[in-house]
Amino acid sequence: MSDYNFAYLDEQTKRMIRRAILKGVAIPGYQVPFASREMPMPYGWGTGGVQVTAACLTPDDTLKVIDQGADDTTNAVSIRKFFENTAQVDVTECTQEASVIQTRHRIPEEPLTEDQILVYQVPIPEPLRFLEPRETETRKMHALEEYGLMHVKLYEDIARHGHIATSYAYPVKVEDRYVMDPSPIPKFDNPRLESAAIQLFGAGREQRIYAVPPYTKVVSLDFEDHPFEQMKAEQDCDLCGAGHTYLDEVIVNDQGGRMFVCSDTNYCATRCDAGHRGRLSPEEDAA
Amino acid sequence: MTPLLSVSNIQKTYGHRIGCTGVNFDLYPGEVMGIVGESGSGKSTLLNCLAGHLEPDQGEVLFDTRAEGLRDTMTMSEPERRMLARTDWAFVHQNARDGLRMGVSAGGNVGERLMAVGARHYGNIREQAIDWLGRVEITEDRVDDRPSDFSGGMQQRLQIARNLVTGPRLVFMDEPTGGLDVSVQARLLDLLRGLVREMGLSAIIVTHDLAVVRLLADRLMVMKSGHLVESGLTDQVLDDPQHTYTQLLVSSVLQV
Repeated sequence: MSDYNFAYLDEQTKRMIRRAILKGVAIPGYQVPFASREMPMPYGWGTGGVQVTAACLTPDDTLKVIDQGADDTTNAVSIRKFFENTAQVDVTECTQEASVIQTRHRIPEEPLTEDQILVYQVPIPEPLRFLEPRETETRKMHALEEYGLMHVKLYEDIARHGHIATSYAYPVKVEDRYVMDPSPIPKFDNPRLESAAIQLFGAGREQRIYAVPPYTKVVSLDFEDHPFEQMKAEQDCDLCGAGHTYLDEVIVNDQGGRMFVCSDTNYCATRCDAGHRGRLSPEEDAA
Repeated sequence: MTPLLSVSNIQKTYGHRIGCTGVNFDLYPGEVMGIVGESGSGKSTLLNCLAGHLEPDQGEVLFDTRAEGLRDTMTMSEPERRMLARTDWAFVHQNARDGLRMGVSAGGNVGERLMAVGARHYGNIREQAIDWLGRVEITEDRVDDRPSDFSGGMQQRLQIARNLVTGPRLVFMDEPTGGLDVSVQARLLDLLRGLVREMGLSAIIVTHDLAVVRLLADRLMVMKSGHLVESGLTDQVLDDPQHTYTQLLVSSVLQV
């Protein structure tokens, strides 16, 4: 028995967050201010995502938490434990079994369904922030749909690197209206923002919630002569042999040795169990 | 002939102090108007009221818009006014840092206005940016440098290129040559005069430098303590000043 209210936050706070979520869903891509609470973890560790998850959870839910695609990293483990303690919900590492998935910087490889909620942890929700430091001005620009400045960033990329070098937190336009920062997911994941699942974004320190409802049009910004390109390492996964997933590069020794593995650990493990083999997979047992 | 800008009875006060009051004038297409006066005479207040940066307490500013003819810019909705400010209008600040994005390359600075009105073809944007940098005598190899690497004169020229790239019809300039040394001033003035004549721009130039208005302005208004004390053709006002303050102003110019 826990002394906490279900999912840590009190009921009034969860109501307040749900109202913000509903408004966010009603206006896709619009950043809804909300009264973010102190959470028992530092800012930058997913305080926004945790509050959104807490407001969405019901006792029947099954929760999955990933950090850069992995289920077993510090951030993912501690948030999962947090909800095990405060909400006693079932937890899982399997994408299909989860009804609520909190994520940091990745979308799971397995296509999501209409029965799932994907919650993102967002460090800086304002896509225009580094170009225009004044919040009053960026709000006005969103209100008046003045998004020319967003392309200045992409212009600078091409001028400096010859191609659009932004590879994560790649700005998108939602439903032909609001320009949105999809949180620092790799731009590999950008086309997968058009999903069957409902996607909620929570920024705790910046006190903003926004949302992409299911089947919403999400377009990555680009130039006519420099179209958006999905990007990944040009290898196959060294463990499961997958050529269609987003890969992490892992340094394995100090002689330049490296391997590429799926960043989505659950997806990779599932494929390995199904018998897929990669370049560095252990030798098959003689049996 | 319809005036491009028609200003009537503008007044702006700061508390009980007068910023500027009772200003009336018409500006016709292709005409350059100079506003001179000492520090604190209300020139910049007036310019900011005209450009929509400050809200005047009374009076109206009618602008001849492309679509609907004369419109009062004060009663316009904010999106319309901001649209005007990045298409038909341009504002050249005294300090180039106020008008440029210092963290963005020269090409990006010029391109921003194009992208703001919907240009989405990188090659074309860059071509136009280089073309405009050339027109203000900045060579092509500086297109990817940041304005912070530029000299003061280059920054000012870059600011002018950035403002003129969308082909505005009315340019507001607030002491465009302030803070530059005289030889750079001369080049900048020469350049400005060329551009204004070539593009048929209308401009309102605020300055305290009589040499600048002598070179650039067709007409001149002299301000003192928020009031318009004298106006007329530039040469006429400077050669035969009527008001005592104008006489003082003209006689204070240092002769070398």
